[in-house]
Amino acid sequence: MTKQLLTLRVNGEPRTIAADSHHTLLEVLREELGLTGTKHGCELGECGACTVLVDGVPVLACLTLPALVGDADVTTVEGLANGAGAGAPGREATLHPLQIAFAEEGAAQCGYCTPGMLMTAKALLDTTARPTRAQIASAISGNLCRCTGYTAIYEAIEKAASRA
Amino acid sequence: MSEFSVIGRRLPKVNSWAHLTGEARYADDLFLPRMLYGRVLRSTRPHARIRRVDTGRALAYPGVVAVVTGADMPEKMGIMPSTQDETALAVDRVRYVGEPVAAVAALDEDIAFDALSLIQVDYEDLEPIFTIEEALEREDVKIHDEAKRANVFKEVHLSFGDLEGGFAAADHVRDDWFFFEGNTHAPIESHSAVASYGPDDKLTLWTATQVPHYLHRELEKVLGLPRSRIRVIATPNGGAFGGKSDPFGHEFAAALLSIRTRRPVKITLDREEVFYAHRGRHPVKMRIRTGVKKDGEITAVHYQSWLDGGAYASYGIATTYYTGALLTVTYRIPAYKFDGVRVYTNKPPCGPKRGHGTTQPRYGFECQIDKIAEDLDLDPLEYRKKILQPANSRTVNDLRITSMGLGECLDALQRSTRYSERRGQLGRGKGIGLAGSAYISGAGLPIYWNEMPHSGAEIRIDRGGGVTVMCGTSEIGQGSDNMLASVAAEALGVMPADVHVVSGDTSLAPVDLGSYSSRVTFMAGNAVRDAAMKLRALLVAAAAEKLEVPADRLLSAYGRIYDRDDPSKFIAFADAAVLAESKHGTLVAAGSYKPPKGIGGSFKGAGVGPTPAYSYQAAVAEVTVDMDTGMVTVDKVTTAHDCGRALNPANVEGQVEGSAYMGYGEIIGEEQVFRGGLHKKPSLLDYKIPTSLDTPVLEAIVVESVDAEGPFGAKEAGEGPLNPVIPAIANAVYDAIGVRFDETPITAEKILTALGKRDRRGEQKTRIGPDGLDTGKADPKRALRRLTASTDARERKRPN
Amino acid sequence: MLRLPRFRLVEPRSYGEAAQLLAENGAGALDRSKGTPTLRVMLVAGGTDLFPNMKRRQFTPEVLISLARVRDASGIQRNGHLDISAGTTLSAIAHDPGIRERSTALAEAAEVVSTPQLRNMGTIGGNICLDTRCNWYDQSLFWRTAEGFCMKTNPDVVCRVATSSPRCLAVASADTVPALLVLGATVHFEDAEGGRDVALSELYREDGIRPMAMRQDEVLTDITLPEADGWRSTYLKMRDRNSFDFPVAAVAAAVRWDGTRVSEARVAITALGSRPQLVEDAARPLVGTTLDDVTIALAAEAVHKAARPLDNTSGTISQRKRAALVLTERALRSLRPA
Ligand SMILES: Cc1cc2nc3c(=O)[nH]c(=O)nc-3n(C[C@H](O)[C@H](O)[C@H](O)COP(=O)(O)OP(=O)(O)OC[C@H]3O[C@@H](n4cnc5c(N)ncnc54)[C@H](O)[C@@H]3O)c2cc1C
Ligand code: SF4
Ligand code: FES
Ligand code: FES
Repeated sequence: MTKQLLTLRVNGEPRTIAADSHHTLLEVLREELGLTGTKHGCELGECGACTVLVDGVPVLACLTLPALVGDADVTTVEGLANGAGAGAPGREATLHPLQIAFAEEGAAQCGYCTPGMLMTAKALLDTTARPTRAQIASAISGNLCRCTGYTAIYEAIEKAASRA
Repeated sequence: MSEFSVIGRRLPKVNSWAHLTGEARYADDLFLPRMLYGRVLRSTRPHARIRRVDTGRALAYPGVVAVVTGADMPEKMGIMPSTQDETALAVDRVRYVGEPVAAVAALDEDIAFDALSLIQVDYEDLEPIFTIEEALEREDVKIHDEAKRANVFKEVHLSFGDLEGGFAAADHVRDDWFFFEGNTHAPIESHSAVASYGPDDKLTLWTATQVPHYLHRELEKVLGLPRSRIRVIATPNGGAFGGKSDPFGHEFAAALLSIRTRRPVKITLDREEVFYAHRGRHPVKMRIRTGVKKDGEITAVHYQSWLDGGAYASYGIATTYYTGALLTVTYRIPAYKFDGVRVYTNKPPCGPKRGHGTTQPRYGFECQIDKIAEDLDLDPLEYRKKILQPANSRTVNDLRITSMGLGECLDALQRSTRYSERRGQLGRGKGIGLAGSAYISGAGLPIYWNEMPHSGAEIRIDRGGGVTVMCGTSEIGQGSDNMLASVAAEALGVMPADVHVVSGDTSLAPVDLGSYSSRVTFMAGNAVRDAAMKLRALLVAAAAEKLEVPADRLLSAYGRIYDRDDPSKFIAFADAAVLAESKHGTLVAAGSYKPPKGIGGSFKGAGVGPTPAYSYQAAVAEVTVDMDTGMVTVDKVTTAHDCGRALNPANVEGQVEGSAYMGYGEIIGEEQVFRGGLHKKPSLLDYKIPTSLDTPVLEAIVVESVDAEGPFGAKEAGEGPLNPVIPAIANAVYDAIGVRFDETPITAEKILTALGKRDRRGEQKTRIGPDGLDTGKADPKRALRRLTASTDARERKRPN
Repeated sequence: MLRLPRFRLVEPRSYGEAAQLLAENGAGALDRSKGTPTLRVMLVAGGTDLFPNMKRRQFTPEVLISLARVRDASGIQRNGHLDISAGTTLSAIAHDPGIRERSTALAEAAEVVSTPQLRNMGTIGGNICLDTRCNWYDQSLFWRTAEGFCMKTNPDVVCRVATSSPRCLAVASADTVPALLVLGATVHFEDAEGGRDVALSELYREDGIRPMAMRQDEVLTDITLPEADGWRSTYLKMRDRNSFDFPVAAVAAAVRWDGTRVSEARVAITALGSRPQLVEDAARPLVGTTLDDVTIALAAEAVHKAARPLDNTSGTISQRKRAALVLTERALRSLRPA
């Protein structure tokens, strides 16, 4: 099977890679682009650890073919701190309010579900500025966390929302 | 103001930032130049002799670089030196579906996956055994030839006090059977290991393990490579809960494949394989007989357990003892007898899961305490308070109790939930339940016999005032790196963020026995504190000289060493470090910790149970039962936990909430169950770990009983809080519908059965649970027939 | 990690082109060279059903025709009736205010499929064409090798659920289908030659292997729902967890009110057999009534009778049969005028 040349926009940067057409976005991000922040717990759509944003919408990288992403914007946890253009003079990368709130509330224990959880939470806050607890619970219902019991995660998302 | 600058504050964990930016490097995140990808071939048979393994076609497949089989590593291994019954890859016999048999290294994982199907294994099926009862009775089938009686792995009998007398003196005796279904850890990160064997003939293994030190020893044994040439690095674990605390076949396979190819090799298990790696909660049948006086005072307890151990030993000896060891530390028991049996079956090996061996008996016992309270017409909360084992006492089985906060936990729960007023008052379908529990802060003995410390730590202070803590602990998400940094920072007077932590590395850090039995905060914490206090003395002496203030008037905090009486007199921490180094040479100190002697008895079997300090906890659960569909909703779980001193309250609450969550999952639907030796639910879709929409509202109440021996008074928080949640939910369901659940999990089907709504006959039940062992029914040929039936079916053509 | 088998991906820009590609690549042909027979060419929309199946090697097609780049593959239009393009995501359907208001059962069903991420990816077309499920079948290649496979993977082997069954008993599990059934949906297919409309109620059959009367060279392009004037509808699902999980029993109900009386009614079930179905015996007694308790009990009894779950999903047979009854009662009660 021959490799395909692909151009993806990941975290605001155009990246061209050669990948086998049966490799998922998850594999391409981690193995071709070195973006290992995106995790995986099942590769079958059953855990949510691989959640990334495609044009701002949370999807599962383990069930996405990169060829079909086209010119959409892919955002991974590595791109959460750096808004577009970060790194330019006077625009050094800053942590996203969610990252700060997660740290303060202890919302990451082992940290393994965290990248996916953060991406889901970002999409929620981008569309719902002050979500209720019930809205948060629904929004993260596709992200399993085995450590926290979700409580600290709710508190962190609420805190980040209240600071925005 | 608090006497502390770090301890007791809700500071972000030092490793948070790595977690939150995607920088944390878990084992599967490592990519090394020339790295090969490995995959493990697993047994498709529950019990069979291996006649032949033919790897020829796989080796010839383009892109395959090496293949190893059991014959390449025949040395026995296992976590407990006294019961090593496993090999890295099966040698001539397989004992469960999913057991590792061979491993392939290839240029990429697609090739490795395809190559597995080219390895031919010729199996000769043996009769499998799947139940405790069959295992006990079938002398003619031996899963391990070494087993003396049938398939009994371990049998223990311990007796303390006057049992007969105790029962004779009782006004009331309860005799109940319970069954606790097996379940598994299911951390979101699957196991992963990367091995790299270098031109210097040294092996480095990065692996998601809770026990780098024990793994180090086993690697030496199995690979025949001196330990001095092996370095194990425990990568941050993406959750573990006990599931990553055995040495695993894929770790050895990655190592050997790397030795053979002289290239790095990575093996990451997929989710299904994690269910086969297992080592989770044992299914346990239990019988508990308890005698009480009219006022509820316990006169005697006879506890019996039968553990379904699966195919290998794992921590089985310890698990067996743990089922009986800790029942005595919560309530006064003057006479106690414990009989435990663990058997082998042809299923993935069971091992330690959060609460190791104590979760099942605690469930049974706390359900029984609830029944006793009802029999005697006592309030279950008041009743428990009345019979508490006192602080600073010894139990009937000779365990030393120091700090003991169960009473405070019960009071805190009553204040927060108004349990006593609400019990029995919530209306049909709604209920509230309570249970108490205890756990250890680390086992009193190491896994292999030795006189060395259980934890060692080393601290280095550099010329810029930077502090580096080195300790062999494994960060599994419980927050051990942050604990090390916090204890060192508090002792030295800097902030945790100024501390570098090097953990889980057998070459760079002194030994810590591992992240199991909730030992790390207590033991590694004390070791770090010990090292830090030595360095502090040097710094303070240097500062005293410079400031011309007596050393005992100096305090250190926030990066300064200052005069208690005149804080304007101070010296910066970094400057003090320079002075101290000028005076004493390089600033390095080591500390260590070993539990005190005399915390347990001296009888055979006394090694399991003692700990330097017990944590105590209690939980109240509130449930709603849908009387029509049988679905149970747990609305809220409130847990009060005595953790000694909370070094970081946010992290303690996180552990308490996480434990409640996991306990909830165990009783409501998680089960590791099998059909003809095949796992019924080996996926995260079918194995029901709770989602955000299922999880009850969780509230954690931290009770601080500052322990005299713990680091800054700390005990444990990682495991104990799981235990009471399970019986609390069972007791709440009883309060809601008047049905005792003497068996887990509580499913809709069982609720409907009890309510008489399962079928038209409408028979109701007041109890769901076992009535005894299912013995005497073992049909010697049943299992074999089942196996043949499935083999036949495989051949049979579709009927027309 | 678990990976996809190799395949060639083609990305047609129109349904016509997709149908052409199906025909060219031998739609329906089985490849028998791979151990177990597999379709040589398959369509994929969101991939949330097919990709997990492919990773488990339930299918290993050589050619995969993606519908993701088909023009106008998604969208919701209203002109007298409701027209939903097959590529519309479940999220779009769940969030559409018009659907929520007028075709409530569909919005409710779409909203309880799997998880938010999967709903952002999964399409209604894929949901309608969802493969049937069975816990002897939805397992990895390794697992099924250990078990020895079953009829659904390999026609030469028996069904594991009932070894004497002449057919596969795998379970219909798509949430939106019963909702679409009670809303009177029609589906539109295209093949290389042209198109056809089929009433959704005619589409499914009692066969776990080929659950749909759909040809392998056809593409599902649109779903049409008639005007819903006077109708009220709802969808209730029982599952183990409140997210991720497929239904173990589910009921959709719709009634049309004429004043205080029901003038038309439909009840449909899924996850209780290989075929999602309208239960006529449950709907009939409702007509002309006020949905009083006695009538509802009659309907629920009919659903209980029609439900034929087997031991191949989560839950138990009796629990799921009972759920069918209870969910029917609850669904119908909720449709009474406020
Ligand atoms: C963890 C998990 C949980 C899930 N839970 C649920 C659930 O609770 N309820 C539920 O209903 N589903 C569930 N699903 C299944 C799935 O997400 C949805 O059914 C989804 O709607 C499928 O749509 P898709 O576009 O992703 O389908 P695809 O995977 O792209 O396709 C599914 C099938 O339909 C065929 N197909 C797709 N589009 C067309 C077309 N236009 N014409 C002809 N054939 C076509 C494909 O060839 C394939 O055979 C779950 C999936 C996962 C992974
Ligand atoms: S119902 Fe029978 S044939 Fe169909 S998938 Fe299940 S076991 Fe296989
Ligand atoms: S890895 Fe993608 S959902 Fe689990
Ligand atoms: S923090 Fe460990 S899985 Fe969520």
